[in-house]
Formats: sequence, structure tokens, C-alpha cells
Amino acid sequence: MRIALMATCLADAMFPSVARATVTVLERLGHEVVFPPGQTCCGQMHVNTGYAREALPLVAHHVDVFEEALTSCDAVVAPSGSCVGSVRHQHATVADGAGRHALAGRATAVAARTYELSELLVDVLGVTDVGAYYPHRVTYHPTCHSLRLLRVGDKPLQLLRAVAGLDLVELPGAEECCGFGGTFAMKNSGTSSAMLEDKMRHIRETGAERCTAGDASCLMHIDGGLRRAARETVRVAGDGAGHGAPRTVHLAEILASTRAGVFA
Amino acid sequence: MSALRRPVALGMPGRRADVGHAPGGPALAGGASSPLRGEETFPRAAKRELAKPQLRANLAHATSTIRAKRAAVVGEVPDWEALRDAGAAMKAEAMQRLPELLEELERAVTARGGVVHWARDADEANAIVADLVRATGAREVVKVKSMATQEIGLNEYLDEAGIEALETDLAELIVQLAGDTPSHILVPAIHRSRTEIREIFLEHMAGVDPELTDEPRLLAMAARAYLRERFLRAEVAVSGANFAIAETGTLAVVESEGNGRMCLTLPRTLITVMGIEKVLPRAQDLEVYLQLLPRSSTGERMNPYTSMWTGVTPGDGPQEFHLVLLDNGRTAALADEVGRAALHCIRCSACLNVCPVYERTGGHAYGSVYPGPIGAILTPLLTGAVDHDDPNSSLPYASTLCGACYDVCPVKIDIPSILVHLRTRGVDAGRGGVPAPEAVAMKAAGVVMGSPTAFRAAEAASRAVRVLARDGAVSRLPWPGSLWTASRDLPAPPKEPFRAWWARERGASAAEGGK
Ligand code: SF4
Repeated sequence: MRIALMATCLADAMFPSVARATVTVLERLGHEVVFPPGQTCCGQMHVNTGYAREALPLVAHHVDVFEEALTSCDAVVAPSGSCVGSVRHQHATVADGAGRHALAGRATAVAARTYELSELLVDVLGVTDVGAYYPHRVTYHPTCHSLRLLRVGDKPLQLLRAVAGLDLVELPGAEECCGFGGTFAMKNSGTSSAMLEDKMRHIRETGAERCTAGDASCLMHIDGGLRRAARETVRVAGDGAGHGAPRTVHLAEILASTRAGVFA
Repeated sequence: MSALRRPVALGMPGRRADVGHAPGGPALAGGASSPLRGEETFPRAAKRELAKPQLRANLAHATSTIRAKRAAVVGEVPDWEALRDAGAAMKAEAMQRLPELLEELERAVTARGGVVHWARDADEANAIVADLVRATGAREVVKVKSMATQEIGLNEYLDEAGIEALETDLAELIVQLAGDTPSHILVPAIHRSRTEIREIFLEHMAGVDPELTDEPRLLAMAARAYLRERFLRAEVAVSGANFAIAETGTLAVVESEGNGRMCLTLPRTLITVMGIEKVLPRAQDLEVYLQLLPRSSTGERMNPYTSMWTGVTPGDGPQEFHLVLLDNGRTAALADEVGRAALHCIRCSACLNVCPVYERTGGHAYGSVYPGPIGAILTPLLTGAVDHDDPNSSLPYASTLCGACYDVCPVKIDIPSILVHLRTRGVDAGRGGVPAPEAVAMKAAGVVMGSPTAFRAAEAASRAVRVLARDGAVSRLPWPGSLWTASRDLPAPPKEPFRAWWARERGASAAEGGK
């Protein structure tokens, strides 16, 4: 299959290894990956913050780029539940809201062939064992948009269970939001932090070395909190005290890891 | 047609000049010091509430218990999703036919000996109720828990008119005795622990046993003894309504403690204040809602008491019945194509109990009698808050859009989409003036992200942040970045963005996607 990668602006700019891992996994499975270089951002942050008008050109641009890509590709994949959620559940609405009904129709067509990574692997490509090896204790945070907007269900767990060496432990209160919510993390910083505290406590309770998820944005939030906590521990209890504190890793990075080496 | 009936359009009768309204549109609710508007924005109020560890412990315990109960009883209904669809469809139908159904309801209630009154806003409704109570000569009324009367501040209004209104729902009584405000639609004292309740009773409940402990049964018995006497001597009761049936003129109240049944049957006069959106076309529609409501709200298969009455029955129950139909911003909400679904709400409070924001901040942070996810949409819709200075305009942002509320809502209100819609409404209303820093940033980000060349340049520029990083992370940024770094590190930007790696590794031809 020939697959167009929608890297997402966040992974492109801040977490390139997530996008590279996605390429690695798909190529290892024998597929061809292309990166349409015109892509920028899906506009989700704008829409969710109330700036639909500013989002409209981004939606139009996204549709132009991936409609073109789909003339030679079978599907679009993104390593992010919330960006695919935006493509699938917001793009047509934004276009319709601006009276751009033709654009809305094209957006719907692009969305119909756009998949989150676990959806593509399990539903479209029909694989759960991608040949990965990751010898760590891992817990999975389902992220709200993968869970409730895309309904990916247990697809990520099916993939994780098939990873050799991986010890999967259940996360208490897994389905509860980590408190990120895009600009919510800034606008309601206090409430966001209170939610994050509870998420981190649950992660620690599992004894996992790594918390994984299908969204770099939620992981950036959780990891930011975990790093801060580890830093505080070191500050209070001295060097080495923060050792063994859990960190985060994207689902794609786990799936890209093999016996030849951990992907990073 | 009753003497009090005023000409009504969908937008209810013409408004008085002192009531807020959208230009040319229907009346809005919530003037100054309204129970629909707090004094602070949500983030500010939340900050204060977040600093109360006892409150957070009470809320976490109570909401997780009720969440589990709900999940268990919902899980055992095989056609739950079909019930939700039906509940949503019938509410949509009722909203579409609202003027016609309200007039049908009025005719049916009147035919059965009741009197119907129409109130455009809180002031009118309060004045109608006070006049009706005065006409009976009573100085006190017993009340069934009702969101509509809370929304209009009826108790306070009656108090000023020299009429004492006694709340008879246990939790509502606790709140009233403590001089507190409710923090939950269904469990108004959810923010209180047993120990706190015992203290409130000892301090404020006349004639209570000084040996009272905090055992739930004993607390309930104390309230029961206190209330029983009041039920028996009350001349007037004031209630809300969960449902009204247009075809028959029947009103319904759903409750757990039996206090409602007392109020609805013992006093001579019954006054019901009901939001106009509570009307349903047919009696048969109740079969759906009476399954959806108890399971969603208290996590029970069926609630202990469902009272229904139709007008007046000579020699049985209240001999005088008044129905006050309240608009108070509802037709303004109805005029909003996306927001109108908020009027489908049956006040089950399931969305509050699953909301991670509500669970941390509690109901008082919302500044309105409607807290939680439904409050975050309903309050701004009823009050029309779009102005930046209005504390209610911060409510649509009091959510991470996690979607848990939508999943549990028994009438499938897409709360996240309405939140986004109201955010957009606020942003658009603010256009034209001096743009706020956020608007400037969003516009700039839109321009940068709209073009791959500009995006590449911005990526390169962001690498400057690397100089602030230690161990690959930034722990301190100036405002507004400080809002993030107050509790979280920010990763340093990578040495090389993905697109640069791709171009380097795969070359220009691969980057074009061509082969
Ligand atoms: S919005 Fe839905 S879940 Fe929330 S109180 Fe209303 S009916 Fe219940």
C-alpha cells in the first residue's frame, strides 16, 4: 500500500521521532510511505479555541495537499488521535459554517481515507503483530479523542499485547482526561495541573517505566509533569533520587522498536 | 385563556426595558446578582476552589461512587442506545413545536381547573409567585427541589416579601440551613461531608437532639422530624416539574425522598414553576424518560417516587393549582441553531459526575446554579454572555473537550460541540475592536501554519528556545508560557524537525511524493 504521512505540526516541529517511527513501522511492514511536503497544520487548535475563521484557510490547505496526495496514495495516516479527530469531525463543519459547501464535500472525502495509526494497522492493514520488541513495563493512556471521538477501542492494546518483551499493565482511571485540552492547559492552568497530578499518581501506581499513548500532545503534557516531578525529587532528595521515575513514549515509537534497538 | 395570559410569540411577549436582551431578539436571563452569574471568571473561581483539599476529597469520593452506580445500571439495559436516540428525538420534536405545545398545555391545564401564568424572566416569575402566596394569606411555603426556582432566586425574593420558603429535599435543606449555595444539580450538598452536615444541623436546626452523631440514618431522621411538622402545617407548596404533557395537561415530578410527594399532596395550594422547555407532546413519551432519568441521575433502576397530577381533583390533593411557565432566556437559546440542543437537558447531572473539571473544582466555580458541562453551555446561552468582561463568557472554556459528558448524556447533547460553538460565538463577537493578545497570536499562527515555507521558518526560529533548555526541557518561561511551565516542563525543540530529516534522508524526489 502507498500511504501518505500526515506528520502533524506538533510531531513535525517538536517530536520528529514520532513521525519517523511511523515511517519505520509502515516500511517494515512492506508499505511505501510518502510525505507530502506542503502539509502544515490541521487547524484543530484554532477551531477548539473559537477561531474558526482563522482555521478555514488551514482546512482548505490541508484538503488541497491531501486530496492531491490521495490521487497516488491509498490512505492518509497520522500518529495522532486528536488530529485525525479534527480532520474527521471538524473540517467539514468549519467549511460548511463558512458557506464553503464544495470544500466541505472534499474535506469529507479526504477524511474518509484518513486514519489514526492504530486504525490503519489493525482495521485497514489487518495486522496486530508488527514485529516489535520493547522490553519494558508499559501502561497505556487511551487519550480522550482516540477513545471517544475516533472510538479506536482496544486497537492500541491489541498492538501492544503483540509486542515481544513488553509487560503491559493496566492504568487505573485510564479513561479520564490528563488535563491537557489544548489551550485549556494555559487558560485553566490550575485545573489542568490538578488533573495531571491525578494522572501521574495513577501512572506511578502501576509501577510502569513508560506511559504510552497515541497522541504526542497529551504525552507532552504528561511527560512535562513527570519531568517536573522528577526534577523536584532531585532538588529535595539529591542526585539519583529521581532515578526510575516513569517517562512517556509514543505508541509509534514502541512499535518501531525491535531487537536491533529501541527506537528514538 | 387565563386573565394573566399575555400574547405570546415563540419569543414570548414583548420585553420590559430593564431586562437584558440580544438586539432585536428574545429576552435574556441573568441581570446583575442573578443566580445565573457569578462575580468571577471560571479560572479565578476555580483557583480558589482548587485550594480546598476537603472539598476535593468530598467531590472525588461522591462522584466516583455515583459514576460506578450509573455505569452498572446503564450497562444492564440492552436497548440503552435506542432509548437515548428516542429521548433526543422527542426533545428535538418538542423544541420544534414549542409554541403550539405550550398553548396545548395551557388549554389542557385550564380545562382541568388549573391556572396558567406566563413569565418572560425571573422578575416576572417571582412577582407572580409572591402575589399568589400573598393571596392565600400564608407566610410560609414548603418547597420541592427545583432548578427553575433556584435559577430565578425565588427563595430570596419571597424572603424579602416576608414569606419564608423552606426547602424539603434533604441536601437542599442542608444547603439552606448553612446559608450556602448548591454545588450540584442533583446533590446540592455534594461538597459537604457527613461531619460538616452534623455541625450544620446542630447549629441551625431548631429542636435537634444535641447528641446527634454523623451516622447517615440519624442525620436523615433528624431532618425528617424537623420537616414532618412543617409539611403538616403548610398551606402552600412551590415545586418545579421534570416533565409536562401537552396533550393531557399532566405535570410530573421525579424524586427519591418522598418530600416531593408530601408537598404535592398535603397543602391546599400548589404553585409549579416550570421552564418552557420541559413540555413533551404525549403522555407516552414518559416511558422513555422515566427509564433514562433515574439510571442516569442517581444510578437507580427506578426512583422511589414519581408524582403526576393533572389540574385539580375536588376533595383530593391541592384545591388550587397554578402553573408558571418560565422563559428566562430559553427562547434566546432556542434561537441558536447549535446551542438549542442544550434545552433538551433533563437535569440528570450525569455529565457533572463524569466531568474531570467539575470533579476538581466543584460547582461553585461556575458561578451559576447550573454547574458542570451542562452549566458551561446552558448558562451562557440563557444569559447571552459574549462580552469579554462577563464572567459567564469564560464558561465555555472550562472544559478539555474530553467528551465524557457527551457519552453519558441520556438525551445525547453534544456538549463538546456546543462548547466549541460558544467559544466561536464569543471570539466572533469580540472582532472589530482592539484585538486581545490571544486573537493576535491565533491570527499569526494561522498565517504561519497556512504556508509550508512560513512553517519551516517558524520551526527554525523556535529552535532558539533550545538555549533556555536544561536536560532537554524548559522549566521556566515568561508569560504566557509561564501558564504552562508553572507545573510542567516544556520539551526543548529538537535539533532537526521531521521535514528536514525527510528531505535529508529521502531527498527531494521522495519529498515530492513522486517515484
Ligand atoms: S446535559 Fe445531559 S447529562 Fe447533563 S444534566 Fe442534562 S441530560 Fe443530564
